[in-house]
Amino acid sequence: MSEILVLAEHRAGKLRDISLELVAKASELATQLNAKVTALILGWNNIDSFAKSLSENVDEVLVVKDKYFDNFNSELCQSILTKLILERKPILTLIGHTSVGIELAPNLAIQASLPLVTDCIELKFEDSKLKAVRQLYGGKISASVAVEGERFIATVRSGVTKFEPLSKAGKITVLKLDGKEIDYKKFISYIEPVITGVDITKSDVIVAVGRGIKDKENLQLVEKLASCLGGALAGSRPVIDKQWLGSDRQVGSSGKTVKPKLYFAIGISGAFQHVMGMKDSETIVAINKDPNAPIFDIAHYGIVGDLFKVVPVLTQKINELKSAV
Amino acid sequence: MEIIVCAKQVPDTTEAELKISEDKKSVKIANLPLDINEWDNYALEEAILIKEKFSGFVRVITIGSSNADTMLRMCLAKGADEAVRIDTVEQLDGYLTSLLLAQAIKEQNYKFDLILTGVQSSDYAQAQVGGMLAELLNVPHATIVTKIELEGKSAKVERELEGGTKELLIINLPAVFTVQSGINEPRYASMLGIKRASAKEIKLLRLGELKPKVVIENLFIPPKLKKAEILTGGLDEATAKLSSIIKEKGLLR
Repeated sequence: MSEILVLAEHRAGKLRDISLELVAKASELATQLNAKVTALILGWNNIDSFAKSLSENVDEVLVVKDKYFDNFNSELCQSILTKLILERKPILTLIGHTSVGIELAPNLAIQASLPLVTDCIELKFEDSKLKAVRQLYGGKISASVAVEGERFIATVRSGVTKFEPLSKAGKITVLKLDGKEIDYKKFISYIEPVITGVDITKSDVIVAVGRGIKDKENLQLVEKLASCLGGALAGSRPVIDKQWLGSDRQVGSSGKTVKPKLYFAIGISGAFQHVMGMKDSETIVAINKDPNAPIFDIAHYGIVGDLFKVVPVLTQKINELKSAV
Repeated sequence: MEIIVCAKQVPDTTEAELKISEDKKSVKIANLPLDINEWDNYALEEAILIKEKFSGFVRVITIGSSNADTMLRMCLAKGADEAVRIDTVEQLDGYLTSLLLAQAIKEQNYKFDLILTGVQSSDYAQAQVGGMLAELLNVPHATIVTKIELEGKSAKVERELEGGTKELLIINLPAVFTVQSGINEPRYASMLGIKRASAKEIKLLRLGELKPKVVIENLFIPPKLKKAEILTGGLDEATAKLSSIIKEKGLLR
């Protein structure tokens, strides 16, 4: 029976959401292929509980329990995965398109001599090929790609697969594989972001600004809008990269996830990394001069226009409404 | 410190409406401005900063047609010492790109303490080249790097995880790092630098033909699952409508 192998991820004592999302994707493909789904978990603390959670949703869980795997080290993980891929020959190895997957999958593909397709938002088998849908040019274009080969590695974007519990009773197999200290690549510590001001995750209204603001001096425009709405100012990656706002104000997969009642996306194109952090906001308003910007696919309301013209008039209108109350 | 920067020229599509070619396998980019891939620009800047601090040599390598020479000259103008182009007009996947780069580095016997490149490209966004190149050259690597501190024969690097968390690693050199945006503030080229770069030779390499593993079957405009209600009627009317919506939702306070 063919097999789909899933790499489960954990961090800071918790199984990460991507692990179960990958299990869901693997289960869907396994039905198509009549294959079994096997999850691999490497770790130390809490690994037994991770293995139990996974076993309820897969046919088999492979457990490698060793203190060297408590924090992710791609070199160690790669050596275990290569060994398993060569021995078990899974038709597909699924890895999250996360900081773990980006660090691991390309090297693994070369070492295991398997084709790799990354950041997939859809996956299926067709005509003996692995076919995937990926996004190009910041999500403005989608591509259907075909991967040639007999066995494959794919990384899957977080948040695109919905997990539904399967109530399985998968076998848990503890592998007798020891870790070892890697002297040329060592994990030292985690660094958490410093909170410098308002905790944006607690704000009902967020006014977020992106690349379209062009200059730090222009931030005062959106600050006025945020202030009249009693909201917090936040930013997408380009604004944080330029240090116009502190890193604790970043919304997105590499920043904070927020769910305010009202979210303004101003001069933000809507790359998926940003959308991941704000898509569940109750009401989303986008202001952007590009009518094709992906942010308009997420927003509830939009104004297509130059933010430098729209924001001052909008601020004035809101202030007028407030004083009329 | 010998540093290789792998850079790609890409179209600037920030405000462009993209059109797909008739065969549905490529995007029409003929009328779009071309520039260095944003993440590679940060990698180049980091290489130049390291060279300025420790002295050394920065070699930029790209794969592409002669169009990419403009980008390479800009890299030279900013402070790179040598520019190399692997000549091809083919569309490559991440595997072929890294294979060609590794082949060039080995065949030309380019020495390196560090190879820097962007986390991904803004066009195909595969995020594969750095890791594959490291494996092909048999050196350690780190991806999504936001800080590099060199200490003798090793580097302390911070790499970005999700949710604002980073991790600190120590990695022996030589190594490959893929650089995340925001690691530095890329410089503009000076007029003098541009003038000097215009006279410099760009080294041209031709390598054997290769077959990609991941093939584009067709491109399409993503289906819209949902579309925002676009408020129309000019600036005054649209902002008035939006203000009313915000008020009706009880969000004015």
